[in-house]
Amino acid sequence: MSATDHHRTIEAVWRIESARVIAGLTRLTRDLGLAEDLAQEALLAALEQWPQSGVPENPGAWLTATGKRRAIDLFRRNAVAERKHQDLARDLATLEQTVPDLNSTLDDPIGDDLLRLVFISCHPILSTDSRAALALRLLGGLTIPEIARAFLTPEPTIAQRIVRAKRILAEKHIPFEVPRGPELAARLSSVLEVIYLIFNEGYSATAGDDLIRPTLCQDALRLGRILAELTPNEPEVHGLVALMEIQASRTRARVSPTGEPILLLEQNRAHWDLLLIHRGLSAIDRAHKIGKPRGPYLLQAEIAACHARARTPEETDWPRIVSLYTELADLSPSPVIELNRAVAVSMVHGPQAALDLVEALATDPSLDRYHLLPSVRADLLLKLNRPTEARHHFEQAAALTQNTRERALLLSRAAACQTK
Amino acid sequence: MRFMVIVKATPESEKEGALPDPQLLLDMGKYNEELIKAGVLLAADGLHPSSKGARVKFSGKSRTVTDGPFSETKELVAGFWLWQVKSLEEAIEWVKRCPNPHAGDSEIEIRQVFEMEDFAPVLSQEQIQHKERGRAQLVGQAKK
Repeated sequence: MSATDHHRTIEAVWRIESARVIAGLTRLTRDLGLAEDLAQEALLAALEQWPQSGVPENPGAWLTATGKRRAIDLFRRNAVAERKHQDLARDLATLEQTVPDLNSTLDDPIGDDLLRLVFISCHPILSTDSRAALALRLLGGLTIPEIARAFLTPEPTIAQRIVRAKRILAEKHIPFEVPRGPELAARLSSVLEVIYLIFNEGYSATAGDDLIRPTLCQDALRLGRILAELTPNEPEVHGLVALMEIQASRTRARVSPTGEPILLLEQNRAHWDLLLIHRGLSAIDRAHKIGKPRGPYLLQAEIAACHARARTPEETDWPRIVSLYTELADLSPSPVIELNRAVAVSMVHGPQAALDLVEALATDPSLDRYHLLPSVRADLLLKLNRPTEARHHFEQAAALTQNTRERALLLSRAAACQTK
Repeated sequence: MRFMVIVKATPESEKEGALPDPQLLLDMGKYNEELIKAGVLLAADGLHPSSKGARVKFSGKSRTVTDGPFSETKELVAGFWLWQVKSLEEAIEWVKRCPNPHAGDSEIEIRQVFEMEDFAPVLSQEQIQHKERGRAQLVGQAKK
């Protein structure tokens, strides 16, 4: 094996083991930042030793044991200088006695340490950007250059973001625990928000040349799938996984060979990924079996599933989509959801009924700069054979969008109205 | 990337009515659980012995059916997984953690799955679309 081969092997081991190693060490040291440093030191030791000794039989245990040894050394060293650390070292020794079996720590069969790590990396005290970077780093095992590439952000910015996030968690004494009771729902939704943010960053890339960055979608899906096993009784987790699986199933279909976005109803459904659709539908079933009320992610997943189940756009169950949007709007009222509902209404009750809804929405100031509102409105006006007004709204939509490809499309639709 | 991870057959697994050892079944279940917990496993299945299968040989326009079992045991497939991982190395690391799938000697093969994009250099757009149309019919069957 060459040095590069060794390096790639160790990198792969790291990706598999790092979250658990960091989680175990965080429990031991009660300091996330320190735990990650220790884990990194263990990784460096592996890079030094494994090429000679070979990869140990249980590499995760090796990494944790190495990190733990360094923690004890560190605390003992500091204990000489600082009284406080002496206490910590004693605490650590006590902890060692209460958790003497290294393997039980490692196996972590319930996955509690890992779940604690999920909750602390996605703590709402951190900005969403920091949460996303920390989650990819600590849970996804991504390197800083990988995260920087994924978010098209300079490496030092990502590194700083992570350092700052860890400092905030330490300063605010955020406990390494799984929230219980009423706090759980809010904390879980913060976790789901981060995972979906990572997914969307990959799925509808806000910047850069590519409209889709599939690896980021895959990272988010992996985090979602991991979370679904850690919290199997939370329907919203399965809902989010289902939503991501079904959206990811359309990756190949939603961009043309020349890079233009293709709208859902115009996509070639043959390009949809059957395995992911199947997985998405199973995740929805799993959520239903829990028998708790539907939350916003599950509802969105079910809307996505209505499209996934339709072999052709004509087969789409629009009445069901309208009722799902109505339920969603009741649960989390938002003008954007209302706008989507209006589109579904137009498919069931015709363009006039939808236009009434859209015109009511147009008075909502929060949609002033939202290009899809005039775009949907123009579309409905066109269907009602009112091309002059349609053109005006297409032009307005074109002026509002940030995306050049989309602007070109809207302007060409505006121009087409003129010739009618 | 996706990998198909293929468990090769052995004389034991090819035996009529062969069922795996209960302990192995237990270990394998635990291993599969690990794969699911890690968000790696997309699909998995085990196959009956080749005696329950058949082969269709092609020669020009002719088709000849041969019933199983087939003799070249080591080249037969006994089961497979479909994994989503970051690299071949990661797939290898996961395979190393797998319990020995048979009593005695066995072999697991790791193969990268083609993505549609990989075909771009050899297939025209039209050919890709033709290929995809076949899948479209399957989409219909997948819906419940």
